[in-house]
Amino acid sequence: MDRATVEAKMTDLLVDELGLDRGKITMGAKFEEDLEVDSLGVVELLMALEDTFGVSIPDEEAESIATVGQAVDVVMQKLKG
Amino acid sequence: MPGRVALVTGGSRGIGRAIAVRLAANGCRVAVNYHTRSDAADEVVAAIRAAGGEAIAAGGDVGDGDAVAAMFAAVESGLGPVEILVNNAGITADDLLLRMKPEAWESVIRTNLDSVYHCTRAALRGMVKARWGRVISITSVAGIAGNAGQANYAAAKAGIIGFTRSVAKEVGSRGITVNAVAPGFVGTDLTDALGATVREAVLPSIALGRFGTPPEIASAVGYLASDDAAYVTGHVLVVDGGLGF
Repeated sequence: MDRATVEAKMTDLLVDELGLDRGKITMGAKFEEDLEVDSLGVVELLMALEDTFGVSIPDEEAESIATVGQAVDVVMQKLKG
Repeated sequence: MPGRVALVTGGSRGIGRAIAVRLAANGCRVAVNYHTRSDAADEVVAAIRAAGGEAIAAGGDVGDGDAVAAMFAAVESGLGPVEILVNNAGITADDLLLRMKPEAWESVIRTNLDSVYHCTRAALRGMVKARWGRVISITSVAGIAGNAGQANYAAAKAGIIGFTRSVAKEVGSRGITVNAVAPGFVGTDLTDALGATVREAVLPSIALGRFGTPPEIASAVGYLASDDAAYVTGHVLVVDGGLGF
């Protein structure tokens, strides 16, 4: 899966699963500050990423995700194995 | 619209059976969990179906995380994601603390409290996604007032109350309510085991002068599971006939 595909899927997932406004989603957007995702929302995002991409994201790595782009980075890294 | 999917742990006997029957009568599609008594669970399922309701039996040891995962998968394929979870499964292994063996402590904590962790965690995933859910755990007045000979049971039941209030705060923003029902003395296999002398000694401390019945506990659960209770969360509803106040 190339990066553009992951970014597109990530955007769909944020809109469909977390109910975010598509217009506000950029790769630099911060989940908590810019997108108003609360701590449970971050957990929901992780569950959705695991379901959508079939990857497993441990807590230590999850903590380092602050922006949409960083979430894409982690998924890309996991997909490469 | 099909009814909501409810899972009642320990639903084959006593209070759990009455809860399963009540939720089915209220229009829920009910999974009746059992551990060892598949015959009793089948009987509850048959009774619900005979009354025009929908139910399935769902076996599994709720103190075991892997068994809980398997049970939830079975319920989801049979009825759909669990929308109403009733943590009812419970055992006793009474003894004065000085004589209480580690096995008596561990088995009661495992079945009565670990089960609430495993099942609620498994159910919440779908509830968070659906932005709706009801978690109702059966605690006990023993968990509030304490009871000699039941340090293990009371500890597990008090643990359920702290768990309920914490999780209510975690998931309230997602339309999920988390509550507990605290029965007093209710006529079941558990209280029959107390013996006649103990039962007679307790009666004067109950304002209503009698033990409760399983359907009387089930109706409190039915309320908390309903849309009428949408603004009630983190609450412990005591249903004890006015015990010792």
